[in-house]
Amino acid sequence: MTTKEKYELAAIVIEHALKCGAQGASVAIDESRSNEIEIRDKQIDRLTESNRNSLSLRLFVDKKYSAHSTNRLKKEDLLKFTEEAVAATRYLAEDEFRQLPEPELYYRGGGADPGIFDPVLETVDPKSKIDIAFDLHDEAFGKDERIISVSSFYSDSISNSVLVTSNGFKGDSARTDMAVYVTVSIKDDTGRPSDYWFEQALFYDKLVKTGVGKKALERVLQKANPKKINSGKYSMVLENRVARNLLEPLYNALSGYSLYQKQSFLAGKEGKQIASGIMTIEDDPTLPSEPGSRLFDDEGLAAVKRIIIENGVLRNYYIDTYYGRKLRMKPTSGSSSNVIFKKGEKDLQGLISTLKKGILVTGFNGGNCNGSTGDFSYGIEGFYIENGKIIHPVNEMNITGNMNDLWFRLAEAGNDYIKGSSVKVPSLLIDNVDFSGI
Amino acid sequence: MNYKRRDFIKIGSLTIAGTVMIPPFLKSCKGLQLSDKAESYMDHFEVTLRQLGEVINTAMSKGADYADLFFEHTMENYAGLEDRKVNRAYSNINFGVGIRVLKGDQTGFAFSEDLTMEAMLKAAKTAASIADSTGKSMPVSISEYAAPNYYPYTTSWEDTSINFKIPFLQKVNDRIFELDKNVVRVNATIGDSTSYILFYNSEGLLTWDYRPLVLMYVTCIMEKEGRIENFTVSRSSRGGAEFLTNELVEALASEAVKKTIIQFEAVKPEAGEMEVVMSAGESGILLHEAIGHAFEADFNRKGTSIFADKMGKKVAEPFISIYDDGTLPGNRGALNVDDEGNPTEKTPLVKDGILTSYLHDRISAKYYKVKPTGNGRRQDFRNIPLPRMRCTTMENGPHTREEIIASVKKGIYVDTFSNGQVNIGAGDFTFFVKSGYLIENGKLTRPIKDINIIGNGPQALADIVMAANDTRLSDSTWTCGKNGQGVPVSMGLPTVKIRKLTVGGTNI
Repeated sequence: MTTKEKYELAAIVIEHALKCGAQGASVAIDESRSNEIEIRDKQIDRLTESNRNSLSLRLFVDKKYSAHSTNRLKKEDLLKFTEEAVAATRYLAEDEFRQLPEPELYYRGGGADPGIFDPVLETVDPKSKIDIAFDLHDEAFGKDERIISVSSFYSDSISNSVLVTSNGFKGDSARTDMAVYVTVSIKDDTGRPSDYWFEQALFYDKLVKTGVGKKALERVLQKANPKKINSGKYSMVLENRVARNLLEPLYNALSGYSLYQKQSFLAGKEGKQIASGIMTIEDDPTLPSEPGSRLFDDEGLAAVKRIIIENGVLRNYYIDTYYGRKLRMKPTSGSSSNVIFKKGEKDLQGLISTLKKGILVTGFNGGNCNGSTGDFSYGIEGFYIENGKIIHPVNEMNITGNMNDLWFRLAEAGNDYIKGSSVKVPSLLIDNVDFSGI
Repeated sequence: MNYKRRDFIKIGSLTIAGTVMIPPFLKSCKGLQLSDKAESYMDHFEVTLRQLGEVINTAMSKGADYADLFFEHTMENYAGLEDRKVNRAYSNINFGVGIRVLKGDQTGFAFSEDLTMEAMLKAAKTAASIADSTGKSMPVSISEYAAPNYYPYTTSWEDTSINFKIPFLQKVNDRIFELDKNVVRVNATIGDSTSYILFYNSEGLLTWDYRPLVLMYVTCIMEKEGRIENFTVSRSSRGGAEFLTNELVEALASEAVKKTIIQFEAVKPEAGEMEVVMSAGESGILLHEAIGHAFEADFNRKGTSIFADKMGKKVAEPFISIYDDGTLPGNRGALNVDDEGNPTEKTPLVKDGILTSYLHDRISAKYYKVKPTGNGRRQDFRNIPLPRMRCTTMENGPHTREEIIASVKKGIYVDTFSNGQVNIGAGDFTFFVKSGYLIENGKLTRPIKDINIIGNGPQALADIVMAANDTRLSDSTWTCGKNGQGVPVSMGLPTVKIRKLTVGGTNI
C-alpha cells in the first residue's frame, strides 16, 4: 500500500465510524517488511521473510471508548469491522476522560525530517545480507576448542505508517532498522555458558558489519568458569549494555497510568530529589537520525524535547491525553523517544579502576520491581573486581533493594553509550548495593 | 461465496451473539472424500485441497525435504474495568498462513496475510529458497488427523456477548471494595480468544483445531498509613463462557484482598543461600525455569543446553517423576494437536529420577530418531514452530507438607510468583517471588515479598530432597516466551524442599 492509499483507507474507516455514530475516531495503518537470516555452525539455519499490515482503530462513542486492530484490510471487511466495533463500544460504561487530544497539541507539519529512513536498504541484494551473517559467524566459529555452537543473525525491516484522527490530525512516518547479532556457546567446567554481541543502525552503510562475532567470542571466553561470592554490600559498576534494565522500573513509574493507578513509587515527587545529582535524563525526539527521533507520537502530539530528571530532581512525567485528563496534568507524551542520560568523564575501564572491591554487572537474569513500592530484586552475572582489576567471573547472584534508595547512591556515570539505541545510557557506578551470593 | 459464513472480521465476543461460524458447505475438492470437519475448516479459509497441493508443490520446488502450511484465524477480546466501571474494550483479529520449508535442519519461512493463490504462491516461493536444487512433486495420499478434544466447552466465546462478561468484572470490583476499607483501586480484565487452525503438509497430513482460551486478571491496590501495596491474581483456561462464575469472582476477590493485606506485613529475608520450600501448585515455575527449557530438544540438538549429555542418566532423587502434559482437559497448557500436526501426549521427562525424554519438535525428533512428542508450538502463523512446554508438572512424592516445613530450621517458603527466566547453557534460572514466608525452626513466621531467587538448574533438580503427596496444578495465567514468541503454558508441583538456592534480600 502506498502512503496515499493508506490515507484514503484511514479516511474511509473514520468516515464510516462517524457515520455509525462515533463522535471521534483515530486510525493508524502500519505496514512492515522484514528479513531475518540465521547462520548456525557453518550453514544457513533459517531464512524468514515477513510482510505485515495492520489497522488500529480507536473509537469514542457517546463518551465510551474502545480500541481494535485487524490485519484484514479489504475495504468491505473494514466497514463491517468498524460497524461491529462501534456497536460493541455502546455496551460499555461512560468514561468522561476519554477524548481525542486537543488539536492545538497536534504536530502541524513543517518539522525537519527525522532522518530515520534509508532508501538504500531496499536495493541491497539478499545475498550480501547472507554474506554479512556468514562473515560474522566465521569470526568466531572454530576459533577456540571450547566452542560448542555459533549462531549469527542479520535482520532488517522497513516500516511505513499513517495516523489520522477525526479532529484534524494527519501524519505519516517511515523508518528502516537493521541489526546483526552473534551468540557463542562454549563448554567450561561448570556448564555451557553463552554470550552475545550486536550492532544496530538505521542506515545500511552505517551498520557495523564486522567484529561482532569476535566480540561475542571474547565475551563468552571471559566468563568461563564463574563462581559466586559471599553475600554482602558491594559497589556495582553496571555495564552500558545492560544499564537500561535498571532504568526500566524508573521509567514505568514515570507513566501517567502508573501514577493514576497508585503503582508508581515516584508519585508526587515532581520537583523533588529522586536520585543523586549525577542523574540527568532528557527525552529528545528532535535529535537528527536517532532511533527514537520523531515528529509526533502515537496520538499525534507534536514531539517536544523535555528534561525528565535534572541533577537528580524529577522534572517531568510521561503523560498521555487520557491519564493527563484524569490526573489534571498537561499531556507531555505517553511514550519515550530518545532517552539521553548525561555522560560523565570515564570509560568502563575507568569506572572499574576506581573500585577497591566490587562487582561489574554485565547481564541480568529475571527479577522484577514492585511499581507501587519500588522494591526490586534481580538475578545478575558479571565479574568480581578487586583493586580496580577483574578477578574472576561471577554468576547466580541477586541484587536487591529499593529504587527510591538505589539511585541516591549513583556515584558516577561513564562516557560510553551503546551505538544505535534510543536509550543512551552509559555505564554507571552505584555504591553500596545488596548482593546475595553464598 | 457466502460472505456471512466465514465471518473473518467479526469482533467475536465483544458484540452480541449472532453470526455463528462453521456451517455446512460446499465440497472443497472434487473426487476426494474428506470428512465434514475437514471440509468446514477448508471452507473457513476458502481454500481447496487442490490449492493446498499447489502451494506445497511450490514450497517444495527447490528440492526441500518437507513443507507445511499453517492457516490461522484468531479473534481476541478484552473487556477492562478501571475506576469501578467496565469502561474499555479491545479486540484484535489476526488472519493468515505461515509457510515453512525444511531442508535437513535448515528452515525457510514466509507468511501471507492474504489467502489469494497469488499471495500464497509468492510466500511459498520465498520459503522454498532455503533449498537450492530442483524438486519434483510426488503424489501423496491425503490422511486426515481428527485429534481428541481437550478443550471442553459448552458456550463458545464467539457466541458470547460482552454483556455477559461485564457483570463479572463489576462483581469482582464491588466485592473487593466490600472486603476491605483500605482498597483504593481495582483493575480487572477478562480476555478471551478463539483460534481456527488448519494444517497441511507435504506428507499429505491434513488436520485442524479450534482453540478457545480465557483469562481473568484482578489487581487490588490498598493504601494504609501512607503506604501502598498491590497484588494481582488471575485464572486461565482453555474453555468457554462457563469459565465465568460467581465462585470464580469470589475466589479471585478474596485471594486478591488477602494477599494484598499480607504485603503490608512482609519483610525482606536475609540475603544468601538457604533451604527453600516451594508450595504446591504455582511453584511449578521451578520445573519450567530450572529444567523445562533446558529439556527443549532444540537446545540439546545444538549442544547448548546444560542437559545436553544427560539422557538416560540420574538427574534427581528416585522419588521424582516429571511430565510435560498437553492432554489435561481445560488446562491453559492443553493442546489437541501441536502446531506441526502431531498428536499431543503426556511426555515423561524424568522418570524415577532418570532423564527419559526431551521435548521435541519435528526437526529435533528427526535428529534424535524418536517419535515427535507434540511439543512443536508457535505463537501464531507469523512464526516458526519450536519445541515448547505445555503443562509441566511433578508426581506426588513420599513426604507431607507439614513434614517438609518442620524439617527446615532457617529458610523460606514461597507460594506466588510473577515471572522467571533461565540461561539455558549456564543453567542459571530465576523466579521472582510475590509472596511467601520465612521459616524459622520448622514454622512459617513472617511474610516475605518481592525477592528474586536464583539457582542452577541441574543442581536444583538434584537438590530436591523432599517432595510431598499434594501435587496440584496452577490455574494462573502463565505465558512462556522464547525467541520472541509467547505461548500459553501451565505448571504444577507438589510441595518440595530444595536443599539450597540463593535468595535475594538484605545484608545485615
